[in-house]
Amino acid sequence: MTSMVFLLEVRDLTKHFGGIRAIEEVRFRANEGSITSIIGPNGAGKTTLFNCLTGITSPTKGAISFSDREIAGLKPDSIVKLGLARTFQNIRLFKEMTVIENVMVSQHCRTKSGLLSAMLRSNRFKNEEKAISEKAIEYLELVGLESYAGVLACSLPYGSQKRLEIARVIATEPRLLLLDEPTAGMNPQETGEMMELIKKLQELGKTIILIEHDMKVVMGISENIIVLDHGVKIAEGIPSEIRSNPLVIEAYLGKEHSA
Amino acid sequence: MSRFTSTSYGNSPIHRFTHSLIIALWFSLLFFPFKGLEAAGILFVVLFTALFLLNILKRRRVSIKGTITNFKKYFSALKLPESKTRSIALIFLISTVVLTLPLYGHDYLIDIAVLSGIYIILAQGLNVVVGFTGLLNLGFVAFYAIGAYSYALLNTKLGIGFWTSMPLSLAVVTLSGFILAIPALRLRGDYLAIVTLGFGEIVRLVLNNWDSLTKGPNGISGIEPPYLFGMHIGRLSHFYYFILIFVLVAVFIIRRVADSRIGRAWIAIREDEIASSSIGINTTAYKLYSFAFGAFWAGVAGILFAAKMQFVSPESFTFMESVLILCMVILGGIGSIPGVILGAVILVMLPEMLREIQLYRMLALGSGLVMLMIFRPQGLIGGKGQ
Repeated sequence: MTSMVFLLEVRDLTKHFGGIRAIEEVRFRANEGSITSIIGPNGAGKTTLFNCLTGITSPTKGAISFSDREIAGLKPDSIVKLGLARTFQNIRLFKEMTVIENVMVSQHCRTKSGLLSAMLRSNRFKNEEKAISEKAIEYLELVGLESYAGVLACSLPYGSQKRLEIARVIATEPRLLLLDEPTAGMNPQETGEMMELIKKLQELGKTIILIEHDMKVVMGISENIIVLDHGVKIAEGIPSEIRSNPLVIEAYLGKEHSA
Repeated sequence: MSRFTSTSYGNSPIHRFTHSLIIALWFSLLFFPFKGLEAAGILFVVLFTALFLLNILKRRRVSIKGTITNFKKYFSALKLPESKTRSIALIFLISTVVLTLPLYGHDYLIDIAVLSGIYIILAQGLNVVVGFTGLLNLGFVAFYAIGAYSYALLNTKLGIGFWTSMPLSLAVVTLSGFILAIPALRLRGDYLAIVTLGFGEIVRLVLNNWDSLTKGPNGISGIEPPYLFGMHIGRLSHFYYFILIFVLVAVFIIRRVADSRIGRAWIAIREDEIASSSIGINTTAYKLYSFAFGAFWAGVAGILFAAKMQFVSPESFTFMESVLILCMVILGGIGSIPGVILGAVILVMLPEMLREIQLYRMLALGSGLVMLMIFRPQGLIGGKGQ
């Protein structure tokens, strides 16, 4: 039997904020090309886990290896360059930039023209700019926003802003995508579209980890589910296992009182 | 405007009444120390009536709007040129006026124009830092001073000419931009403002007290004017064209850099720093970059200033100067290159034009800025992301 290919491996990841134990010795793996969901009640440490993985906060302890490289403690931009990128729970678009500019700017780490070539408008610069805008249109087509290319990001409706955030993160050409509550605040139709989009991303070869509260989404698309509670991993498994796991039910609904 | 009316005025007449009352009172209070009670009282009555009438008129906005549409119909019937031709005509008009200024303008006007040119370069530099990257810099004058003094010292102490000292001085200024940026990088918003303010004051105090090098408050005189093709540019009209070339080059380069991968990264940092780093922008490096690039242009302006005045002293580089440059950026429209040009020209020209009313000109300028921030917070030529 050949050994499994893990794109991401998290070992004993711990993050303390002063006396608060946000995450405590969490360990899990994500296969190349898989969709993993991280669920758990509010305050379980899901977003903190994402912040540690993407370098926004550095973990107190533990190791994160991404395609055989240790990334714990690296700066966010270096992690993105390696191919691990994320979206945010509360949308963080560049509001005063247009939709296409949002996607153009996120190709930053894949382009390299400098001050001088920008000043002189060399052929290389022009070609690169052309490639950037063409790719940006492609990414917008992927999420279905190409007709809004010229409008300011802040003037898009909520659901479209969420999709623009995904286009923006795809533009960094990641291998692993972390989506923080991609369907939060969406109506059922938008949620359905988002699920389609996530599946499409998987078909494009992306590995995906998402934080999600909508159980229909979680059970519908994930191959592996990780349950966090109070910073500790309490369960992991395929959807059907998680659904019937007593520990998970307890974390969500509380302990049954003996009458 | 409609946003303002709907949020601040409310619709009741009492609300409108109190609003006019407060504005009128506020301005008369400002006026009172200058001209005494009587004049302040007159101003209050005039302002109050005017504002109240304006408010009532606003209520009939619909009918006014109708009149405007009628006017527009009337004008379009006259077959005014299309907007594109109109803007070409505008550019043509402006460039003709600018290019021929020394032919009809007297020395006083040209002198102001030269000063405007220097301030345009300065304000463009600050616009890179404040407008594009969103880092509030209250000590920008420091780089202006360093540029001016570098040239002054290189020229008077070592006898190095304009064109040779230019790259040397600019290297010094850009380096000082980096040096300031290093402690400032971890800071944001008001904290950054305080650190930059301190830096500005430190530079001025050093220039003021390092007698053996800078001759302290006496300043350095006898700086050579620039020379071109073997001749000194001494005459004002020549200097005007000389500055004009620098202004055009500065605007040209800054525009191109703003419309590139680098400019987009700066704007992204302004919009959301965490999101920028999460899409792979090295925010530390680009903030450094922005500071140094902005400082570079302040250095250019400083060198030109020293070469024009042929004299520098710490007096020209006070905190008020930093504020003035910041006002130019805000007045014209943060982040907008044409806006900042307009802002710089207005803030150089206006105090000169208002010389007639000597005592009140700062008051007029101040209240003008207040009004602008209330009614057009995005500046004259708005649009952050331009």
